[in-house]
Amino acid sequence: MNLNLTLIGQLIAFTIFVIFCMKYVWPPIAGALAERQKKIAEGLDAADKAARDLASAKSQIEEELKQARTQVTELLEQANKRSSQIVEEAQDKARAEAEKIMASAQAQIAQDAAQARESLRADVAKLAVIGAERVLGATVDQAAHKKLLAELAEEL
Amino acid sequence: MALQNPTPSEYIQHHLTNLTYGYHPENGWSFAHGAQEASEMGFMAIHVDTMAWSVGLGILFCWLFRVGARAAHAGVPTGVLNFVELMVEFVDKSVKETFHGKSSLIAPLALTICCWIFLMNLMDLVPVDLVPYLFMAAGVEYMKIVPTTDVNATLGMSIGVFLLIIFYSIKIKGVGGFVGELTLQPFGKWMIPFNLLLEGVGLIAKPISLALRLFGNLYAGELIFILIALLPFYLQWFLSVPWAIFHILVIVLQAFIFMMLTIVYLSMAHEHH
Repeated sequence: MNLNLTLIGQLIAFTIFVIFCMKYVWPPIAGALAERQKKIAEGLDAADKAARDLASAKSQIEEELKQARTQVTELLEQANKRSSQIVEEAQDKARAEAEKIMASAQAQIAQDAAQARESLRADVAKLAVIGAERVLGATVDQAAHKKLLAELAEEL
Repeated sequence: MALQNPTPSEYIQHHLTNLTYGYHPENGWSFAHGAQEASEMGFMAIHVDTMAWSVGLGILFCWLFRVGARAAHAGVPTGVLNFVELMVEFVDKSVKETFHGKSSLIAPLALTICCWIFLMNLMDLVPVDLVPYLFMAAGVEYMKIVPTTDVNATLGMSIGVFLLIIFYSIKIKGVGGFVGELTLQPFGKWMIPFNLLLEGVGLIAKPISLALRLFGNLYAGELIFILIALLPFYLQWFLSVPWAIFHILVIVLQAFIFMMLTIVYLSMAHEHH
């Protein structure tokens, strides 16, 4: 256990190793570590943000779906209402048309009947006149018996 | 001088002697043959084994961490980079907990101390006879492979730390502040000699305790390994395995303590009282 030059040698070697470590070992590693720390922090932040975005997007989707659903029910209801309305309208229209046709047909029938009755009456009057002429053997003065004839026709 | 059937004390003596090259008063520049010659060489000698192993291990440390530093990137770390980053983060955390100033030196210094001392201590777990006998077969008389069992190695490092303590004390507090710290407390200006003695001892004790703690622990550990190696072979594993397992704790702990105390001393040098 002698103290000797080894002491100085060790001191020099120690100094050299420390300087080497200080210049070429520590800075790159410490730099890389700091950079990685930053990257990880950024990554975690980004992940947090993405999770928040996802949650908000999900709730938005939920909301929109709900809206769409209510819209659909509304539309369906409207359509149903509209269709029944259309059917009703068509029925009404058809009914009115039918009544109208019926009414005009009845009017026509009444008119025809009246006409027939009228012509029949005229014919009867004529026949009555002819009959009377045959019976009387003379001509019935139309104008003189006009009133009589009208009364007759009235009675038929 | 290969040992043929050494006595236990010769065996221990042999295993605790460094390979010394130096200036011997009689033989000139030469390798010392035995502890006697080595101590006769005085200060003008160098422990070749201590220097070679410690520098080799230091280069191993630098190479390993340089590989990691070259590969350093902000992506997913792999392989060597993983390990290197683990060490760097561990040291960085220790430094940040204790040292609150700003310094680009302290953290790399702590990393170097921690890893280098750990590697040097690790040589303690190599079987005590293996390397010395290999070298003996190659004609090298002594080979002590654990640099931290050489007080020169530990003292060399602690003196480096001591110089840094003085450097930072003066840099932060100025010469006046540093001298004032040594002389004007704890008892005010009328007790300057006493204060100087007290603070001076406190200051000198730092590197000495730093060096001797590490040296003592490893030297004792190595000595016990050597003593165990003297037992009959069927008893050796019974003692050396538990001791080696316990020593795994010791070598890490000693490296950590040296690093932490260095940080503490340097942080004290940065702070005003």
